[in-house]
Amino acid sequence: MTSTSLTTGPSWARLPRRHVPVLVTLALLLVMYGIGVSQYRAFSNIQVIFNVFIDNGFLLVVAVGMTFVILTGGIDLSVGSVVAMTAMVSAWLLQSGLPTLLVLVIALLIGPTLGFLMGCAIHFFDLQPFIVTLAGMFFARGMCTFISDASIPITDGFWTTMSQYRIGDPRGNFVSASVLIAFAVVLVAAYVLAYTRLGRNVYAIGGNPQSALLMGLPVARTRIAVYTISGLCSAIGGILLSFYTLSGAPLIAVGMELDVIAAVVIGGTVLTGGSGYIFGTVLGVLVLGVIQTLITFDGGLSSWWTKIVIGGLLFAFILFQRLIGIRYK
Amino acid sequence: MSERAKSMLNHRLFWPVAVLVVMLVANTVYRPGFLSIEVNNGHLYGTPIDILRLSAPLILVALGMTLVISTGGIDLSVGSTCAISGAIACLYISRAPDQNNLVTVFTALAMALGVALALGAWNGVLVSVIGIQPIIATLILMVAGRGLAQLVTEGQIITINSGPFRAIGLGHFLTLPLAIFIALGAALLIAGLTRRTALGMIVESVGGNREASRLAGIRSARIVFLVYVVSAACAAIAGFMMTANVSSADGNNTGLWVELDAILAVVIGGTSLAGGRFYLSGTILGALIIQTLTTTVYAMNISPQTALLFKAVVVIAVCLIQAPAFRAKFSRRGRGTPPPPTPSPQRQKEEVPA
Amino acid sequence: MTDSRPVLTMTGISKSFPGVRALHNVDFRLFPGEVHALMGENGAGKSTLIKVLTGVYGIDAGTITLSGEQVAFSGPMQASAAGVSTVYQEVNLCPNLSVAENIFIGREPRRFGAVHWGEVRRRARQLLARLDLDIDVTAPVASYSLAVQQMVAIARAIDVQAQVLILDEPTSSLDAGEVAQLFRIMRQLRDEGIAILFVTHFLDQVYGIADRITVLRNGTLVGEYPTAELPQLALVEKMIGKELDVLEGIEEHSRRDLAALEDGTPFVEVSQLSRKGAVAPFSLTIHAGEVVGLAGLLGSGRTEVARLFFGADRADRGEVAVSGKPAGLRNPVQAIERGIGFCSENRRAEGIIPDLSVRENMILAMQASRGWLRPIPRRRQDELVEQYIKALSIRPANPDVPVRNLSGGNQQKVLLARWLITEPRLLILDEPTRGIDVGAKAEIQKLVAQLSDGGMAVLFISAELEEVLRLSHKVAVMRDREMVAQLSNDDTVDADRVMQTIASGTPREEATR
Repeated sequence: MTSTSLTTGPSWARLPRRHVPVLVTLALLLVMYGIGVSQYRAFSNIQVIFNVFIDNGFLLVVAVGMTFVILTGGIDLSVGSVVAMTAMVSAWLLQSGLPTLLVLVIALLIGPTLGFLMGCAIHFFDLQPFIVTLAGMFFARGMCTFISDASIPITDGFWTTMSQYRIGDPRGNFVSASVLIAFAVVLVAAYVLAYTRLGRNVYAIGGNPQSALLMGLPVARTRIAVYTISGLCSAIGGILLSFYTLSGAPLIAVGMELDVIAAVVIGGTVLTGGSGYIFGTVLGVLVLGVIQTLITFDGGLSSWWTKIVIGGLLFAFILFQRLIGIRYK
Repeated sequence: MSERAKSMLNHRLFWPVAVLVVMLVANTVYRPGFLSIEVNNGHLYGTPIDILRLSAPLILVALGMTLVISTGGIDLSVGSTCAISGAIACLYISRAPDQNNLVTVFTALAMALGVALALGAWNGVLVSVIGIQPIIATLILMVAGRGLAQLVTEGQIITINSGPFRAIGLGHFLTLPLAIFIALGAALLIAGLTRRTALGMIVESVGGNREASRLAGIRSARIVFLVYVVSAACAAIAGFMMTANVSSADGNNTGLWVELDAILAVVIGGTSLAGGRFYLSGTILGALIIQTLTTTVYAMNISPQTALLFKAVVVIAVCLIQAPAFRAKFSRRGRGTPPPPTPSPQRQKEEVPA
Repeated sequence: MTDSRPVLTMTGISKSFPGVRALHNVDFRLFPGEVHALMGENGAGKSTLIKVLTGVYGIDAGTITLSGEQVAFSGPMQASAAGVSTVYQEVNLCPNLSVAENIFIGREPRRFGAVHWGEVRRRARQLLARLDLDIDVTAPVASYSLAVQQMVAIARAIDVQAQVLILDEPTSSLDAGEVAQLFRIMRQLRDEGIAILFVTHFLDQVYGIADRITVLRNGTLVGEYPTAELPQLALVEKMIGKELDVLEGIEEHSRRDLAALEDGTPFVEVSQLSRKGAVAPFSLTIHAGEVVGLAGLLGSGRTEVARLFFGADRADRGEVAVSGKPAGLRNPVQAIERGIGFCSENRRAEGIIPDLSVRENMILAMQASRGWLRPIPRRRQDELVEQYIKALSIRPANPDVPVRNLSGGNQQKVLLARWLITEPRLLILDEPTRGIDVGAKAEIQKLVAQLSDGGMAVLFISAELEEVLRLSHKVAVMRDREMVAQLSNDDTVDADRVMQTIASGTPREEATR
């Protein structure tokens, strides 16, 4: 057998396969937007898009962190609780009079610390990510009510400024500061995944953890890192949420992890790991946001249709991933 | 340490039992009346009875979950199934002219159970026929199911006033709450079905190695399908209990997070999340531990949400105790199974990749 | 070649695991520019030696010297950084990543801290060109054949300026052409001065490429020999350390009169059975008491034929008759109902249920055919299990041990017992003797002969021609997923004749049937 005969089909036939899910999500998003524009005149207003970003900025940030975890083949159920805990801790510390900067630093440290600990438990004791992050979820949610049973308002100057900060054009369209922060997170994450060794190791571990280990890649460090990153993203998401609501509430963001996982999957990331893009996750979050907007625009549909539609989309996308055979394991 | 003490420590039920006993003792020390039971109106009352009654739905869900996990799967949709079946039953009863009519109640239960079986079949098809990873396949129904439950209740809380239905959650039989008997009955039924027949071994075989089981002549896909249906049926009955307890159906909150508690109970009971061997008695103990914890926290006047803190500690502690990697680091004891007196264990090591 | 100084010296290496002495006072040398075969039976300590060398395990005693300096690697990463790279039996690459990335991951060329993708691709192309491999380096590695993946793994290994390249059974899943390509690359690397440590089970490959041979047995060093001075037979004797007389007596088995067996209706008769992409249409009859051997190289379609007979895969077309009556074998359940059993070659993935006990593993097939509603009574289980543990001398003789705790040979016997308990009329054995020690091998061969004497039909697959010829009444030869010949195993048939058939694909009319 000669070396040339060992190659498989032409490159055009297989190269795009990894990109197909993302392209399908993009097409879906455009179709949904088209439906919105054709049905409701106000939908074509550019501010509708901006509002989707404003309302879902924190979701986007958390989904970025989740993308890292899912790319390694893991899962992080703690994100919703960590978001709530971060908001809660910030509100509580601000209420007790700590300086703004210190509060920010503490709030941003709690999430990654919890993530780091969960990553260590998962890696060193070979526990299932599902169970460990479930414990993390219980812990963080418990901390929320431990701090306070009731919601704590935030009156800090920095928070109110950030909350009201608008960047817009003369016609009155605007985005909030949160959107800019979310975009910054997205760009940094996309860079890390595509251009750094850490990012590439994440893909490698998702592809085949045993191989990654035998290839001499730092599996332990990488695995712990993704949970830490997810914790950090949840912390940032929590801060953004507290900008948005100007309070810390113990029962906010309950079940958010499901939305986040749904967004990542709809964005084309394969739940077994090893394949997916941050850009897809952005699209996935937008799809969720546009669904909500569509249902809000249509006065006749009740809010629970959101869940049913998300479930349906999840099903469609998972089935689709099976059909085109993106599954390396 | 004597051999007997060693083998006791290594028994898979040792740690769950120890945890449960410690919790009961701690409670009794904190509140001496904790274990007391009194007879009132021909019924038994007391905290232990409450724990048993309140843990009944969790035990049901966890039993179904045990079988699913044994096949190497997981069922995240049980909470949604609880909500849907509870909602359908309550909806039907609330529309009936006579809510106390037994026929009405049984029709409602049958309808709701039928829908739950269909939902279980849906999960089963996704996992066994289409071949989607269980955690993802059931995530679909976990998300969409909440929406469906609210669709049934139209976003309202359906309140009913039906004696027979209420009895499922709060009724008494032979001085004890009826719920305890229902859970016990389900446990005995499942235990009988799996351990008195070969079903249990076949389920474990499919969970241990699906392809090898297929080649041994087991219809693996059917077994996998079956466990999801059983799990949904258990969830439906649990859903009846939950709604009967409060005589109302709330699509949003019925059975919220029960899947997590159920998985937890299964894991505490010693069944591995990777599939294979399952332990129904361990699962029941696990469910009792979780409910005792919740009751304890209530009794101490701590908010139920804060109870999650304790739950987190228990989850991690139990998982660590059962994790081989953790045991290996902290003890040199064996793992329950006698070490094989093979001539050359090293040979196994060498040959394993073959 | 041996006149220069060794690049690697291991002296007095000892390594124990709890209860086992894996290596005892082993010496090993490797010279630059040689291919050095490390030989030994399973359990001889080859893998342990390699793992000790690459730092996967620490050593209890001894020294390792690389290029004159004493070393003790902390793991494969450090070892490969120092110039000792390993390519494993199962290709260890990340299937989702591109070829180029698989070669460079962990040490990607970077510019301003970012991975320099252009450079990664350029250097990957360069490296593969050196191995004469012209493939698209941006395609995911999963889109290429195992052989190409193996080459990519080698490319990864030699990129780190390797002085020592360890190839741990790299040929076990390659076909002859691919092996030739691998050998060409190995020779090229050897000529460039790289020292290659080569582990394989195929003797002819050792004689085809190795310059020197080191033999291990039971964790101790037997000796180091130039290949030219060690005849094959001597090598085998050194590896197994005992005479081959255990296998005597089976020899006569296959010489029985085939005609007598082939009277009457065949037990199974398939005609023009085929499955797209797996095996071309073939016809084969198997009579009661007959052992039919399937010979051919790995990947020639042997396993695929067996799987069609058992319904493990579904045939696209063709007909099957069992005991003269048409029968569809669409799934294992139907095959088992008709009295067929199948021991897969892949013991771990398709055979044992590791968590279940020896007892449960043994009765599984019988229980499955009875249905779950009719459990086998415990007493009957005990009888059966005890009987077969004794008959097959399974150790440990404890039916309640999880089967994963047994050695490979004993696991194989448990699987045999699983099928024997069902009293099949046709037993399909796919590589039943692979990866188990010589003693167990002989026992299994004897058992096959006994079964066939007792009237059971056997379809016997093995990579070892000698074994096939020793046991079979009839040998069907597979080549390139096609059954090219069926030879009656009489005095005119020997290993050479079968090998010629495999090599040339003798036309059907020359075959005896």
